[in-house]
Amino acid sequence: MARVLLFGRLSDVAGWREREIDAPFLSALRARLGTDDPSLGEALAGPGVQVALDQVIVRGDAPLNARTEVAFLPPMSGG
Amino acid sequence: MTIRLTFDPFDPGALLTEFCRGRAEVGAVASFTGLARAEAGSTTTLELEAYPGFTEAAIDKIAGEATRRFGLLDHLILHRVGRIAPGEAIVFVATAARHRREAFEACDFLMDYLKSRAPFWKKEVGPDGERWIEPRDQDHADIARWDGQRADP
Repeated sequence: MARVLLFGRLSDVAGWREREIDAPFLSALRARLGTDDPSLGEALAGPGVQVALDQVIVRGDAPLNARTEVAFLPPMSGG
Repeated sequence: MTIRLTFDPFDPGALLTEFCRGRAEVGAVASFTGLARAEAGSTTTLELEAYPGFTEAAIDKIAGEATRRFGLLDHLILHRVGRIAPGEAIVFVATAARHRREAFEACDFLMDYLKSRAPFWKKEVGPDGERWIEPRDQDHADIARWDGQRADP
């Protein structure tokens, strides 16, 4: 069960900020989120959306374990 | 060397006084305070979201760069998160150096970074609804001023 966090407009699109989701890989997690909520799937694939695993930005696919914190970060707006 | 996120309003004057206290080798302290604008009534509240831990780490990394680049002796960065009313302070940056140029430039550098690249998500809430804000072209141009400039050897 990865712990999924949504920030900024992504949490408005989804209607939630944090959720436990079972997925072995980041790609599987994305697919699962997109199947459950196509508008969220589209927002996650949008330009400038980055992913952090346990607070480190990653690109491409990666395995997830039961305690991985997966954060989807839309373009940052600064302070 | 302090970076802090806070949900509570703060007093920039008190922070500056405390930051200046007990300095023997610091010849210059520069500070910047950013306030939330009302935008002629179109914004009633700003909502600022951070990613606790990740946001501080990202700011700490750039503060480390500022320390190397400008030879800073100390810095204090305080940033509000949560709901912020017009007129309230959002951000406070203070830099301490031996001489004024380094203190001014480091403060400017840190603010350009905070305005365009720091991990915050900002929403304006007003009578016409709410909207997420992304950096303006000017913010990108401001941070680009520092790219490609080498630190003094």
